[in-house]
Amino acid sequence: MNIDAKIVQRSIVGKGIAHDSAARHVAGEANYIDDMPELPGTLHAAFVLSPVAHGRLNGFDASDALAMEGVAGVWAAKDVPGHNEVGPILHGETLFAEGVVDHEGRVIAVVAARDFETAYRAAKKVKLDIEALEPILDIEEAHRRKSYVLPPQEVVEGDVDKALASAPHVLSGTLRIGGQDHFYLETHIAYAIPGENGEMLVHSSTQHPTEVQHHVAGILGVHANAVECQVRRMGGGFGGKESQPTIIAGAAALVAAKTGRPCKMRLKRRDDMIATGKRHDYVANWKVGVNERGQILGLDVEYLARAGNLPDLTGPVITRTLTHTDNSYFIPNARFIGHACKTNTVSNTAFRGFGGPQGIITIEAVIDTIARELRLDPNIVRAVNYYGEGTGDMTPYGQQVEDNRLAEVTDAVLSSAEWHYRRAEIDGHNATNPLIRRGLAMMPIKFGISFNLTSLNQAGALVHVYLDGSIFLNHGGTEMGQGLFVKVAQVVAEVFQVELDMVRISSTATGKVPNTSATAASTGSDLNGMAAFKAATAIKSRMTRVAAEYFDVEEEVIIYREGRVHAGNRSISFGELAKMAWAKRVQLSEAGHYATPKIHWDGKTMKGRPFFYFSYGAAVAEVAVDTLTGETRCLRADVLQDVGSPLNPAIDLGQIEGAFVQGMGWVTCEELWWDKAGKLRTVGPSTYKIPGSRDVPPQFNVRILDNMPNREETVFRSKAIGEPPLMLGISVWLAIRDAIASIHGRVPQLDAPATPEAVLRAVSHAKGAIRV
Amino acid sequence: MLDWLRSGPRLTGTKEGCAEGDCGACSVLIGDPRSTLQQARGEDDGDGEVQYQAANSCILAMGQIDGRALVTVEGLKSEHLHPVQAAMAENGSSQCGFCTPGIVISLAGLAARKSAAGAGLAARKSAAGAGLAAGKSAAEPEIAASGPATMAEVNDADIHDALAGNLCRCTGYRPIVEAARKAGITAIDGPHAAAFAKIEPRKTISASGSTFHQPQTLNDLLELRQEKPGAILLGGGTDLGVALADYHSDWDEVISLAHVRELRAIRETENHLSFGAAVTWEEILSSIADYYPSFATLIRRFGSTQIRSMGTIGGNIGTASPIGDGPPALIALGAEVELASSSGHRFMALEDFFLDYRKTELRNDEVIASVSIPKPVEGQEFRVYKISKRYDQDISTVCGAFSIIREEGQVRSARIAFGGMAATPQRAARAELALVGTNFDQNAIEACAAAITARFQPLSDWRGSAEYRLRVAANLAERFWRDVNGETVEVIAL
Repeated sequence: MNIDAKIVQRSIVGKGIAHDSAARHVAGEANYIDDMPELPGTLHAAFVLSPVAHGRLNGFDASDALAMEGVAGVWAAKDVPGHNEVGPILHGETLFAEGVVDHEGRVIAVVAARDFETAYRAAKKVKLDIEALEPILDIEEAHRRKSYVLPPQEVVEGDVDKALASAPHVLSGTLRIGGQDHFYLETHIAYAIPGENGEMLVHSSTQHPTEVQHHVAGILGVHANAVECQVRRMGGGFGGKESQPTIIAGAAALVAAKTGRPCKMRLKRRDDMIATGKRHDYVANWKVGVNERGQILGLDVEYLARAGNLPDLTGPVITRTLTHTDNSYFIPNARFIGHACKTNTVSNTAFRGFGGPQGIITIEAVIDTIARELRLDPNIVRAVNYYGEGTGDMTPYGQQVEDNRLAEVTDAVLSSAEWHYRRAEIDGHNATNPLIRRGLAMMPIKFGISFNLTSLNQAGALVHVYLDGSIFLNHGGTEMGQGLFVKVAQVVAEVFQVELDMVRISSTATGKVPNTSATAASTGSDLNGMAAFKAATAIKSRMTRVAAEYFDVEEEVIIYREGRVHAGNRSISFGELAKMAWAKRVQLSEAGHYATPKIHWDGKTMKGRPFFYFSYGAAVAEVAVDTLTGETRCLRADVLQDVGSPLNPAIDLGQIEGAFVQGMGWVTCEELWWDKAGKLRTVGPSTYKIPGSRDVPPQFNVRILDNMPNREETVFRSKAIGEPPLMLGISVWLAIRDAIASIHGRVPQLDAPATPEAVLRAVSHAKGAIRV
Repeated sequence: MLDWLRSGPRLTGTKEGCAEGDCGACSVLIGDPRSTLQQARGEDDGDGEVQYQAANSCILAMGQIDGRALVTVEGLKSEHLHPVQAAMAENGSSQCGFCTPGIVISLAGLAARKSAAGAGLAARKSAAGAGLAAGKSAAEPEIAASGPATMAEVNDADIHDALAGNLCRCTGYRPIVEAARKAGITAIDGPHAAAFAKIEPRKTISASGSTFHQPQTLNDLLELRQEKPGAILLGGGTDLGVALADYHSDWDEVISLAHVRELRAIRETENHLSFGAAVTWEEILSSIADYYPSFATLIRRFGSTQIRSMGTIGGNIGTASPIGDGPPALIALGAEVELASSSGHRFMALEDFFLDYRKTELRNDEVIASVSIPKPVEGQEFRVYKISKRYDQDISTVCGAFSIIREEGQVRSARIAFGGMAATPQRAARAELALVGTNFDQNAIEACAAAITARFQPLSDWRGSAEYRLRVAANLAERFWRDVNGETVEVIAL
């Protein structure tokens, strides 16, 4: 199959078409699970959650809850007919606590009642018998006590000890990197509807319907074929709905199975924030050896990642950190170690970037430190370390960088951002303004596209052509706002050359397309788009045979255009051809399957080619920093992102802007704060601050790298877009460092997030005197 | 209200994102035919436009919309999409779409306010010729001169103000702001004020085991207060509503202050501005901007448009939060609070009202009746600074308010108050004294900062450590000094 040759023209793919649900979103007519009409007898469920970070769970007394009018029951671990398991990778990760509670917000039991309020109030009335145990709350303490959820992972290349021993300059540092709550606007929700003969239909706000299906089956002790999981749309996901929905769907399905009544479970925002995982916070200890030009000779990094109480996805998250610690830079001698620290905090999970951001912010801090210590221009230090001719093109994990676009994106963004002019202007400002400092920074990204685990890189799609020429499309990808559905529909419309509205987009359903991977790792359109392309192409080739026969021409002569099928100057409508094909007893339905080629990964040696290709981007950010209060503001950002030949540049632009702002939030205002007892105290939007509209840089210039088809054979030569631009938000943090460095030229002692407090501390350090 | 909207009439376009009035997904428009501002300006002839304001339905009790109009996202769309909806749909302004209805509501509210402002200005111009209400400063004639078109124009600052109470996690807001610019101004196609003329708020509403009292005069209120000392006194409900939305508060008896005529009044005398306790922050904002622009800037950061249209000055004081933003500014301005009971009225300086953490002078037969603020005098400089993690819709880590009056360069008097530094909003007397009698120079400011440091022992929490609070509070003295001397002191001004 050659994706370029088969298509006569691109009339739908490549167009900036609005999100398929836009008109319904704005009218309040797009339905989320909580908006579905409730069946008679529907129960509502609420969790009983651990109030302590660590303790022995001796039992609970639910009599007060059960005495409340309208309460249907309380269920816990012992009531699970099948396996009490929800781990996405490993066994032993329980839905309901057994014997021990190991984080605040740990699920202990589920209460169901006739309405949401009754269930929620009843859950609070369950008396818990918990004997408090000493918690481990700090990552470094966990590391000292060798408290891990998994063995360490290590990417090693060359001889880093030797490189550091002989390097002209050796620098080191520690960077604390904060976590991040997903803060999808729609909290976790599931609606389980029992059917006959042990069947269970589960509507789940999930990025991974297959995982929900399998875990619900496991919990209920039935075969997977008895459970169907469906999702039309989520109100945001960002990775938070990759592995976590099984907790909610599993509990709802348990209640539905136990009572024979439909059960809806929606989490209150606070419960969502304490009971489900977030982005991993890290401590990175690094040591780098460089030459006079700032070129990296060896880099040694030890990461301590907060796994929380369970492994969940921490293993692959750390793998992605280790495979993104190079970012865009050639590192001849490397040792990157990642420890999965077990703490009595909620198990962290996938979040847009999936460990990549922690690796990239670390190397960017290293580069920034090198430049300031050696008094070099940070952009020049970056350039001398870029993969390419002067350095090398082999990553520390053994993948060759074949599609290097670093020079293109960097040059283009520096020029469009008027770097040289503004650098001088800002330096001039700082020379005369002691109070408000300004900073400027540029950074590149190179982000690997594919799941690190090779087997996940597959997808299925189901396409039907009906006799009126309308098309039904289903695939394993889920819609969380990222515009996947419209992109894949564009691919199918393009294949058949019909109007986009002839393609009906449908809910993701495990009964239609089975055994899918999570819609994650930015791969949604790459995988599902290609699977749909293959399904549509197969139907089309059968239809073409029918058309050729009808027109009595060679198949090559048949052309699909504007909803019609042409042979020279004769034509019939697409619908007429569908009817004709049916009459000839030709199959008008196809299940397409796609597996990403070329990739392989050895988890033991941590070497291979985990990524089909790389996505590139660069950003320049300018900030202002108030040296009296630590308040900061991003004044301007110029962002350039490589998306190959985009399937839908309007959707991609939205992804870039949204990701940048989310990344900026991660490194500036978003701070998770636990008290000394291990209770999360930032549990809603009043305490956990994501960026608001005024935080977006007033000058926000976002561009797509023009006309750069993917070197690899992806769907219409497009590139993934979901995650890469999030890391460009780190440029804002680097610009804050630059502003602080203007005070006394010292290396800024700034962690992430750069809250006003963190910034003021770094400013005080830069001034050389901490006045309290 | 949100629970009712979604389960009663099944208007599911309005969403629950947080149930604490902070994300805006639950926003609805509340139309009020009895605007205090209109009354204060003598424009309430009972036949004007209904004023629509976005509000958070998740923390609203049903009784609070008695006699008012309610418009949800579904109601904005008639045969066609509302211009805001159309601009959002065409502009890539939604991704997951969950926050979208709330954003549509906030922007439609902005468009309606601008439309009303344009119409109101046009009407006032034609009625009074070029004459405008007395006592307005230089800002307004300029606006008047350029006519309704400019007044009704939607600028980016307005858009951000309107969006401050709406969070979007997908788009990065740029396409939303752009849609707001394109949508322009449109009135809400709702009931005319005349339709409300005969609807008087009911005296009591009883439902689901709770009784909602709506006294209309101060006398009735005080009688009720004496009769039911345990009843909840409800201003805008932006604080109490959060507990209600979390189902951990039972409202058996509620006394709503929203319709008490005396508590809804804004009075202006030669030297004072006086606000009834039930006047909302949105109403205060437009009354105070000309006198204390810095206070207006603070109020604009006070919650969000939704919260300000609900929250009242009396509620903000009565709830006695150590991190409320009203008290530090009001204390520094020398505000006086009026407490009323059947046995009489008493007046006290606001700083004396707060006794301890969430404890006040208010007796259980009393209500807060009004707050009065002296108008600025010659030589006065007033600034209030709010420090928080996010500029908009955040709670202060530290809020510091400074007011000095200078005569011939010398500081004659000073008032300095802080929030977030102690269990109650407090003055810093020694820091004030450090300025009095000085020429307001760097030495004086350093002494002032040192006195602030010595004055407080703040707490550490998720908004900031004790060290940070202390350092920032002291540094704000320097900001005040530089600000008064004409420097740009805030990053938001860049």
